[in-house]
Amino acid sequence: MNAFLTSRPVSDILTGVTNGVVYALVALSLVLIWRSARLLNFAQGAMAMIATYVGFVAIAPHANYWVAMVVSIVAGCLIGALTERGLVRWLYGKPELNPVVAMVGFLLVLESVAAAIWSTSSRGLPSSFSPIDWQLGGRPLALSPFAAYEIVTALLVMGFIAGLFRFTKLGLRLRAAALAPEVSRLLGVRVNRMLTIGWVLSSGVGAVTAVLVASNYFTGLTPTAMDGVFAFGFIAAAIGGLDSPGGALASGVTLGIVLQFVSDYVNANDVILVALGLLIVSLMVRPNGVFTRDAQRRV
Amino acid sequence: MIGVESLSVAYGAVQALREVTFEAPPGRITAVLGANGAGKTTLLRTISGLVSPKEGRIHLGGATLTGRAPEEIVRLGVAHVPEGRGVIGEFTVEENLRLGAMIRREPAGPLLEEQYALFPVLGERRRQGAVTLSGGERQMLAMARALIARPRVLLLDEPSLGLAPMVTAQLMHSIRDLCASRELTVILVEQNAKSALRIADTAVVLYLGRVVANAPAEEVARDERLRQYYLGMVES
Repeated sequence: MNAFLTSRPVSDILTGVTNGVVYALVALSLVLIWRSARLLNFAQGAMAMIATYVGFVAIAPHANYWVAMVVSIVAGCLIGALTERGLVRWLYGKPELNPVVAMVGFLLVLESVAAAIWSTSSRGLPSSFSPIDWQLGGRPLALSPFAAYEIVTALLVMGFIAGLFRFTKLGLRLRAAALAPEVSRLLGVRVNRMLTIGWVLSSGVGAVTAVLVASNYFTGLTPTAMDGVFAFGFIAAAIGGLDSPGGALASGVTLGIVLQFVSDYVNANDVILVALGLLIVSLMVRPNGVFTRDAQRRV
Repeated sequence: MIGVESLSVAYGAVQALREVTFEAPPGRITAVLGANGAGKTTLLRTISGLVSPKEGRIHLGGATLTGRAPEEIVRLGVAHVPEGRGVIGEFTVEENLRLGAMIRREPAGPLLEEQYALFPVLGERRRQGAVTLSGGERQMLAMARALIARPRVLLLDEPSLGLAPMVTAQLMHSIRDLCASRELTVILVEQNAKSALRIADTAVVLYLGRVVANAPAEEVARDERLRQYYLGMVES
């Protein structure tokens, strides 16, 4: 058993899942906004990175890890609300290219501002989870306390969001506003407020993601810390279908595993090539995403 | 009492409504008839706040509705069942109803039971996706979802659209009953003029955005000359 759990394929799967849940969180964050506003938030990673700087460097530099994390999440939610009210609201109903250009521009602005204020040197976050793999019968299991913390946190966040949407009145309103904005208004749903709340939730999820990414002992927090993760999360969201939160999870984890196998058995440098190849193929075969039902809205 | 005073609406250069004036009293059904493009749907959309008028005023009791957002107007007691019914197909029957009950500040349970008693078939299908309902059942769901908020005014846009004649007759009958038993102000937009005139108290006939007749329903039904205005398209 120990030999199996520490074997090369199982190690790749475990590492893949650890990476994949982070992609899944980024994908979920993108899906939350896409479903309500039909907008791709290219600045998602950068907004989350700023939230992490605000929590861990600007406001609570000497605080306990968890306190700083909560501050970061609150900051992330605020940044989301401000972005929606201050920037995105002016982009609704404009030609499709406008929001794309605006959000890419916003991404560059945020990364430059972060570099100007906090410099580009990497900062470690005081996570108390060891990045050293557990040992099984003298061989390393490809799972560390830190990886387990990442997986558990990601699942908790997804469970929270799923529960909120499925079981609460707010969730019902959020779903209604996304599916049928005009009918929702006729029933008294304040659709504009729901859009803002969508951004708040998405940016909150983003902040948790960025804290996880920056807590990694080997990378730390930099202004561009989220770039790579965002790229893979974006690909996962596009493959899984931007309308499907469940698809975001499945597609993120699958992408993480596939890419880990590529990295291990083929070449670590081919990972991004394979990811983009998968994206192109999936867009050709199922342009609406693998996990999106072929919905023909009849209502 | 809902009152519409010299209401004019334009979409760009296209004038959809021109100085429309009428009143709809509680406990009565006011039918709005007219051919395609006469401005019937625009009229309802303006009352519920989805469209802003160029000129004119709409009032309910003492309150002015014009200038308010739809989500505020529904809180003042105006329920609008849109054309095509606006049932959310991805939701279950019960989720649709819960959404309708959201503006009531009371537990949804008793409100839901009340609607299930009124429309038993909805109770049987409460956990089913709304997309699985038949046309008539969807219309019932749309009505129940509007009624669950206990409105004073019910705006119905083409409720008979796509329904079999038998189902339409039943539907018109229940609209009649609801209107009388709850002192509802009903504004009924219909292309199916015959069915609408059968249950309506008053009929307002629109032609190219203008009111060409506003009279008791029997009178309008009798008046041969008016038919050309509202029989423009279909009559079944």
